[in-house]
Amino acid sequence: MVSAVQEMDQLTRDQNPADPANRVKLEVRDVAIRYGSSIAISEINLEVRKNEIFGIIGPSNAGKTSFLKAINRMNDFDSGMSVEGEILFDGTDIRDVRNVYALRNRIGVVFPLPVGLPLTVYENVAFVPRLRGIGDKAELDVIVERCLTRAALWDEVKDRLNSLGSLLSGGQQQRLTIARALSQEPELLMLDEFSIAVDPVTTMRIEDVLKELKPEMSIILVTNLVQQARRLADRTAFFLDGECVEIGETDDLFSGRVKDARTTDYIEGRFG
Amino acid sequence: MANPGIADNQFLETELNVSAKRTETLFRILFMVMAGLLILPVLIILTTLLVKGSSIISFDFLFTSPTDGMTAGGIFPALLGTVWLVGVALIISVPVGVAAAVYLSEYAPDNWFTRAINLAIINLAGVPSIVHALFGVGAFVIFFGFGTSILAASMTLAVMTLPVVIVATRESLQAVPQAFREACWNMGATRWQTIRRVVLPNSVSGILTGVILEVSRTTGETAPIMFTGAAFFIPVLPESVFDQTMALSLHLFVVSTQVPNVPEALPYGVALVLISMVLLMNSASIALRMHLRGKKKW
Repeated sequence: MVSAVQEMDQLTRDQNPADPANRVKLEVRDVAIRYGSSIAISEINLEVRKNEIFGIIGPSNAGKTSFLKAINRMNDFDSGMSVEGEILFDGTDIRDVRNVYALRNRIGVVFPLPVGLPLTVYENVAFVPRLRGIGDKAELDVIVERCLTRAALWDEVKDRLNSLGSLLSGGQQQRLTIARALSQEPELLMLDEFSIAVDPVTTMRIEDVLKELKPEMSIILVTNLVQQARRLADRTAFFLDGECVEIGETDDLFSGRVKDARTTDYIEGRFG
Repeated sequence: MANPGIADNQFLETELNVSAKRTETLFRILFMVMAGLLILPVLIILTTLLVKGSSIISFDFLFTSPTDGMTAGGIFPALLGTVWLVGVALIISVPVGVAAAVYLSEYAPDNWFTRAINLAIINLAGVPSIVHALFGVGAFVIFFGFGTSILAASMTLAVMTLPVVIVATRESLQAVPQAFREACWNMGATRWQTIRRVVLPNSVSGILTGVILEVSRTTGETAPIMFTGAAFFIPVLPESVFDQTMALSLHLFVVSTQVPNVPEALPYGVALVLISMVLLMNSASIALRMHLRGKKKW
């Protein structure tokens, strides 16, 4: 396990906040993603900073989900998907990470449709801590309560921790997956259109949760609701047909200070 | 229903409707009769065995040895032998079969090697049991030097039933939604951690069903064991896997065809015990499946 420890060190090496390079969590350089001969994403360049919510908007088929998969090296599991270019996580090219499990462990992912593992509410949240070797019930109890509380779900499920996660309502399940992602203590949280199967009230609660999480981590928020990006994102990127059309401060994008007219067209709902 | 006359006219039956309805009825009955025919052989076999064989069934029949040149006494050595053979075959085939299925379902890339394995499984399932018997003699009895023994016979049975275990396991693994695996991988779980904590616990019911089906099939097999480890008559009970043994299926064959002056009820009684074991295990399989399906978690 020497290599794993070394890579952990490399990923968390001492960071001087004064150094502007250290404000960048994730740097993406010339990334292109292909499935066989079809191109999902071409030439993406962007950076995600620490403690910011980075919004990605764009119509379906823009390559947003493929982009998230590449960050997590999930292309390892998909032989048809090829990724070119550099993705630097804390300055380390993720292709050079030998212990890819440690990398994925630092990145929490929330999917469009909530994937409650076929386990109890408790075991869903205790899954990752258990993988990390935490077997002590009291310690797990603390982690589970903390993560569920932060995901704004604790009050609703504290009396049914031992019932199946899949018996919760859609909105509760989505918060359960957020609690599960938080149990990883992620440095980067990626949400892929989390509100698709969630009612508006729960959506607002989750948005509040994300605002509270921002001081502790970087968040990539992929959304097809432009107003959601407007409410939450510090900076926003607009993806269209595998191309990153525009990246800018969210305020600029939504007040017409854009470089490409297509951005305004999309934001104002003229297409997409 | 303000104007019933018009409504009636609208839905008047034409000649075409009438003939279509008649054909419909005809085919429904035809298909039902064919499906119903399936019950017939089962009923006939069971009633024949019950009528002719149940008189001989008793505690002594089940738990004593044959006497008088196998024309009287019980079937205990054969019953015990079958349990030995099936049990040892299970111990061998279940771990191998489940492991192979996990590889094929969870790890194997789609390449020539995987396709070769899948082809081998299909072909293994198609090999006649008497050919398995000869393979068992060559491989286990002679080459590995196990001699005619429970071990050699059980290994032959295990090889023969591997495809059942592999296919049942692979199918129940693949019934677990892919999204669960991806969620686990995304959290940094390895393939094995995902399999152990999420995939296997949720496919246990299918795997167990496959195993029980394997058991009930193995119980009745005769050809693969008659050259490899089962004997006509042995005065002592087997004590280890290197002993020969009697077996119910072979015993049925022997008392039916090889031994003169056997009372008529005896072979029917043996057959009744054999089929009861199989039915019992099939029922257990169905009950288990229903029980576990009730606990399905998605």
